[in-house]
Amino acid sequence: MAALNNLTEHLEAFVDVTRSPTHHAESLRAIATSLEKSVLSINQLVVEMDMYLTTTDDVVRARGRILLLAEMLDYLKPKPLDNAVVNSLVGFFTAKLAEWRSVRGALTGCLALIKRKGVAGLVTAVDAEAVAKSMAQSVQVQSLALYDRKLCFELLECLLEQYPEAMINLGDLMVYATCEAIDGEKDPPCLMVAFHVVELLARLFPSPSGPVASEASDLFEFISCYFPLHYTHTKGDETSIPREDLSRGLSVDSLKCLKDCAVNYGVSRMKKHYEGIWSAIKDALYASTGTDLSFGLESLTSPGFEMGEIHREAVNLLQRLVKQDISFLGLVADDIRVKMIFDTISRYSRYEEMLDTSKLEVLVVSQILSVSARASVESCNTIFETFFVRLMNTLGIVEKTSSGDLVHNENSTVSTRLYHGGLHLCIELLTASKDLIPSSEEDSSTPESAQQSWCSIVNRFSVSLIEAFTSAVQSSNDDCSADAYLGVKGLLAMGMFRGGSSPVSRSEFEKILTTLTSIITANSAKTVKWELALKALVCMGSFIDQYHESEKAMSYMGIVVENLVSLVRSSHCSLPHPMILEATSEVCSTRPTYVEKMVQGFEEAFCSSFSDFCVNGNFKSIENCSQLLECVTNKLLPRLTEIDGLEKSLVHFAISMWNQIESSVVFSYDFNGREFVEAAMKTMRQIVGVASVDSQNSIIQKAYNVISSSTLPAMESIPLTFAALEGLQRDLSTRDELILSLFASAVIGASPMASFADVKSLIKLFMVSSLKGYISAAQALGSMVNKLGTGLEEACDTIFHESSASGNNTSSVDSSKSIGGSETLLAKICLGFYGSLDLQTRAITGLAWIGKGLLMRGDKRVNEIAHVLVECLKSTNSSGNALHPSALKHAADAFLTLMSDSEVCLNRKFHAVIRPLYKQRFFSITVPILESLIVNSQTPLSRTMLHVALAHVISNVPVTVILDNTKKLLPVILEGLSVLSVDSEHKETLFSLLLVLSGTLTDIKGQQSVSDNAHRIIECLVKLTSYPHLMVVRETAIQCLATLLELPHRRIYPFRREVLQAVTKALDDPKRRVREEAIKCRQAWTSISSRSTPF
Amino acid sequence: MVSGLINENPTVYERKERRVRTDSTNTDEFSVEPIDQLEIFDHIRDIRDPEHPYSLEQLKVLTEDSVEVDDHKSYVRVTFTPTVEHCSMATIIGLSVRVKLMRSLPPRYKIDIRVAPGSHATEAALNKQLNDKERVAAALENPNLVEMVDECLSPSFE
Repeated sequence: MAALNNLTEHLEAFVDVTRSPTHHAESLRAIATSLEKSVLSINQLVVEMDMYLTTTDDVVRARGRILLLAEMLDYLKPKPLDNAVVNSLVGFFTAKLAEWRSVRGALTGCLALIKRKGVAGLVTAVDAEAVAKSMAQSVQVQSLALYDRKLCFELLECLLEQYPEAMINLGDLMVYATCEAIDGEKDPPCLMVAFHVVELLARLFPSPSGPVASEASDLFEFISCYFPLHYTHTKGDETSIPREDLSRGLSVDSLKCLKDCAVNYGVSRMKKHYEGIWSAIKDALYASTGTDLSFGLESLTSPGFEMGEIHREAVNLLQRLVKQDISFLGLVADDIRVKMIFDTISRYSRYEEMLDTSKLEVLVVSQILSVSARASVESCNTIFETFFVRLMNTLGIVEKTSSGDLVHNENSTVSTRLYHGGLHLCIELLTASKDLIPSSEEDSSTPESAQQSWCSIVNRFSVSLIEAFTSAVQSSNDDCSADAYLGVKGLLAMGMFRGGSSPVSRSEFEKILTTLTSIITANSAKTVKWELALKALVCMGSFIDQYHESEKAMSYMGIVVENLVSLVRSSHCSLPHPMILEATSEVCSTRPTYVEKMVQGFEEAFCSSFSDFCVNGNFKSIENCSQLLECVTNKLLPRLTEIDGLEKSLVHFAISMWNQIESSVVFSYDFNGREFVEAAMKTMRQIVGVASVDSQNSIIQKAYNVISSSTLPAMESIPLTFAALEGLQRDLSTRDELILSLFASAVIGASPMASFADVKSLIKLFMVSSLKGYISAAQALGSMVNKLGTGLEEACDTIFHESSASGNNTSSVDSSKSIGGSETLLAKICLGFYGSLDLQTRAITGLAWIGKGLLMRGDKRVNEIAHVLVECLKSTNSSGNALHPSALKHAADAFLTLMSDSEVCLNRKFHAVIRPLYKQRFFSITVPILESLIVNSQTPLSRTMLHVALAHVISNVPVTVILDNTKKLLPVILEGLSVLSVDSEHKETLFSLLLVLSGTLTDIKGQQSVSDNAHRIIECLVKLTSYPHLMVVRETAIQCLATLLELPHRRIYPFRREVLQAVTKALDDPKRRVREEAIKCRQAWTSISSRSTPF
Repeated sequence: MVSGLINENPTVYERKERRVRTDSTNTDEFSVEPIDQLEIFDHIRDIRDPEHPYSLEQLKVLTEDSVEVDDHKSYVRVTFTPTVEHCSMATIIGLSVRVKLMRSLPPRYKIDIRVAPGSHATEAALNKQLNDKERVAAALENPNLVEMVDECLSPSFE
C-alpha cells in the first residue's frame, strides 16, 4: 500500500528534531489525512511506529510515540473512533503523564481525547477520573514550561467542565491539585484559564463544608495576590490592550452587569439604587453621544448618529429598568435636564444654530425618552401624556376635535413653528411608539379596550403633524437639507404604523403618499429632497410588503405606482426621463405586483416611443427608449433573483420589443447614433441569458419570424464564394441592421439547450453579415459553434467546407481534405489571397470569434484556426505577397479575442460551454510556434506583431502556468517588453505583459531564473521607468525594481548605480504616484550598499 | 553633553488627517502634476523628533504652511520652529529635513532650510550652518550624525 510506504517517510520526518516546524506540520497533516480517510487505522499506525516506541533514545521516543499520537488525535477530533480504542489510548496517555519527558505529548493526547464530542467515541467518566488522578499525583505543574503549563490548566478546565460527577468523586484531591498548580503562576494567559478553573471548582463544590470551603483560605491567598490588577501596558506590544479599550470594555461590562442585576434581583431590591443607576445611565449617554446629527440619505432609517458599545448597553439597561418598573420613569420625568429640554428646543429654530451643548441635550433627551417609550405600552402612554402633548404645544401643533376639525384658538398667534430639535424629538417618539403596535396575530388576543392612550394622542394630532412635516419639506430649499430631512423622516414615521389599530387613518396615510409622490414628480433636478422622498417611499413600500398590509398596498399602488408608471408612459413631463425611470424602478421593486405593473408600463412606453420615432422622427423618443432599456438592464435584471415573477415579465417585454419592431415596417428616419442599438442588444442578450430554455425558444422563434419578414433572408442566398463576397458592403437598411443585431444578441444569450430551426441558413446569414463587418454577427457565430450539439458538424461544414466548393478555380484545389486549414476560402481571404483589405480584416476578426467558440468547448478545429492566424502574422503569405500591416494587427488582436474573457458573449452568464484549462491548452499549442516564428521573423513589423500576439496569450493565461515555465518564458517576455515599448500603440499590451513579469519576480518557483536573468530584467525595467505613454507602466517598473532587492545581494549589487540613476530621474516624474514609488525604491536601493550614503 | 532632555515636556498636537488627493490624474495620462506644498509636507511630516517619540508634525515643528515651493524655479524653502529657543537639537532637525528632501526631490532643486525668525537663540548661526554646502557635507561624513539622522528619518520612509 502506497499509504504505508509514505507513512514511514512521514514518521521519519516528524521524529527528526533537526527538521523545521513546517516540515513537521506537513508530515503530520499527511498522516492525519490518511487516518481520516480510513486508509490507515490507528492500530496500523501503532504497529508501524514500533521502532520509535521501543527505542532507547528518549527524545525520539517522546516525539515519536507520544506527541505524534497525541497530535494525531487532535486532528481527528471529529472522526468517530471505537470506544475500546479510546479507552486504551486514554489509559496509555494517563500512564505517560508520570514521565516528564513525554509529558507534553501525554497532556496533548488527554486533552484531545477529553475534548471529543458526540458520536466520535467518548472518554468514560471512570477514565476521566483516572486522568485527573494521575495528573494530580504526578504532574508538577509549576516545574513545567510555559506551553505545558497552559495545557495543564486547559486539561483541568476541560475535566471540570465535561466530567463534573467524576470530579466530585475526587473531591479534596482536585481542589488540592488546583491550588498547587496555581501557586506561583505568572503568565497572564495561563492565569486566565486558572481563574476559570477556580470558578468551576467553586461551582462544583458549593457546600459550606465541602472541599473548596475547607481550602478556601489557601485558594484565596493564591488568587488574591494577583489583585488589584496593575495595568502595565507597554508601548509597541501589539497583543496587549490599549488603555482606552480597557476602560471602554470595563464600562460596557459594568452596564451589562447592572442589567443582569436588574433582571435577577427584582424590583424591590433594585429600587434603592435607582437614583445612582439613573445618574450613571445619564452620564454614560451624555459621554457617548456625539453632536453630529446626520441629515443624509443613509440615516433616514437609522438614528442618525453613531452609537458606541457603551451607548448601546446604557440604552439596554434603561429600557430594561423601565420595562420592569414603571416607577423608574418618575426619575426620568422629574430629571431637571429632561424638563429643560423644552426651553432648549424653543430657543433655536435651526439645528446648525444650536450650541454643541444644546445639540447634545436634544439628542440625549430624545434618546432617553424614546427608549423609555419603547420599553412598554404603559411607559409609552406615560411619556406621551407627559411629554408629547407638551411638545406639540411647543411646536404649535394643534389637535383635532372629536368632529375632526382642527381647534384654532382665534385670539392666539400660535402657528406651527418648525424647531429642528423639537421635530427630531417628535420623530424619535413616533418611531419608538410604532413598534408597540401589536402585529396582526397578537391583535386578536389583546382586547380592543386596551386601545392605548398614546395611540389616541397621536391620532388627535395626526392631521396637524402630517401638515407640519409636509410644510417642513415644502419650505426647504436646496442649501438646507435639515428641513427636508426632518420633514421626510417625520412623514415616514407617520406612515409606518402598522395594522388596523394604527393612529393614522387611511386617508391620512394616503395624504402622506401623495405628498411624497408629489415631491418626486415636482422636482426637475435630483435634489436631496428628491432622493429622501424616494427612499422614504421605498421604505414604506417594503414595509407594506413585509407586514402584508393589503389595504395600504392598494393605496400605494393607486397613488405611488400608477402615478409613476403613467409618468413613464407619458412622453411629456417636466421630470427628466432617467429620474422617472430611477424612481419607478426603485419604488416598484418593493412588491411583485408593482413590478408587473411597471414592466407593463415600460413595455407600453417602449412601444409608443419607438413608433413615435419611426413615424415622426422624434429623436427625443429614441433617446427615451435607450434610457428605458438601460434601466431594464441596470436596475431590474440584477435583481432578478430577489423579485418573483420578474423573469416572466421581462420575457414578455423582449417579445414586445420584437413585435414593435416587426410592426414598424418603415423607418422614416435613420438613427444618428448607435446608442439605441447597443442598449437594445444588451437588453435582449441579458433577458435571453436569464430566461428559461422555453422562454428562450419562444423569443428566438419570434425573432425568426421577424427576420423572415425582412430583407435579411436574401443574404442567405449569397453564395459563399469569393466572387460574391468581394463586393460586400455594410449596406443594410437601418431596420435590418437593428433586426440583425438583436437576433445576434438573442443567439449570444441562448443556452446550449435552446433549439435553432435551420442551422445552416443561420450560419450562412451570420457568415455573410460578419464579412460585411457586423461584429455581433461574428460573436453570434462563435456562440453557435460553441453551443451547438448535433448541429456542430453541419455548422463547421458550412463555415469551412462549403465555402470552397465554389466555382472559383483558384480555391478548388482539393480543399475538401482540410477542415479549418489554410485551404478553405475563409482562410484564403484571411491570408489575403484575394479580396479587399476590409474583407480580409473582417474575415480575421470573424475567424477569431469562431475560434474562441471552438476553443472554449475544446474542439480540435481550433488548432487549424490558430495556424491560419499565425500564418497571417508572417509578413508574407505562402504565395509571396506581402500582407498589409492592418491585417497583421488584426491577426495579433485575434489572439486577445481568443484568450481574454469577454463581457459580451461566450461567458458563463451566457451559458457558454467552457472546458476547464482551455486557456492552458491554447497556450501550450501556440507559444512554441510563436516563439520559433519570432526567432525567424523577416520584418520588424511582423516581429512586433508576433510579440503582441504572444503577449496576449501570456498575459491571459493563469499565472501558475507562467510560473511553471518561467525559465523558458522570461527571455521572451523581456524581449517582448522592449519591442512593445517602441510604439505607444501597444501600451496596454505592454502593461499587461509587465504585470506578468512582476508576478514572476517574487514567486519562489521563478526565483532561480529571475536571478540568472537579473541583468536583463534590470536593464529592461530601467528603460521602462521612463516610458512616456502610460503612467502605470512607469509605476509598476519602479515597484518591480524595488522587489528585485529580494534577490541575492551579489546578483544585484553590480546594478546599483544604474538603478539609482534611473530612479533618481524618476523623482522628477510628472506624476505624483510615480515620484512616490521612486522615493521608496531609491531609499531601498541606497540602503543595500555596505556604507550608508546620505544621498 | 547634556544628560537630561532639552525640552522635558513638549506639547503634543494632533496629527492632521492625510489629505487624499482627488484623482484628476486618471482623466489625462499626460497632464503634469507639479510638486507642491502638500507633497513636500508629506515627505517631511513624519520625521521623528531626535529626543521624543513624536513626529515633527505632532510637535508643530513643521506645518504645511512652513513649506514654500516653486516647482518652475526648482526652489523649496522649509521654515521650522524648534520647540524651545535654546534647543540644541535644532541642527539635527534641520539636517534631517534637508537629507530627507535631498533623497526625495529631483536633483534640480535648491533646498533652503531655515529656523523660524525669533524661534531660536542662535538663529543666524543656525541658518548659516544648515545652508552651507560644505558644512552639511562635512556633517554627513560623521558616522554618528548620519546614524542619528537615519534614525529620525526611518518613520518617514514607511
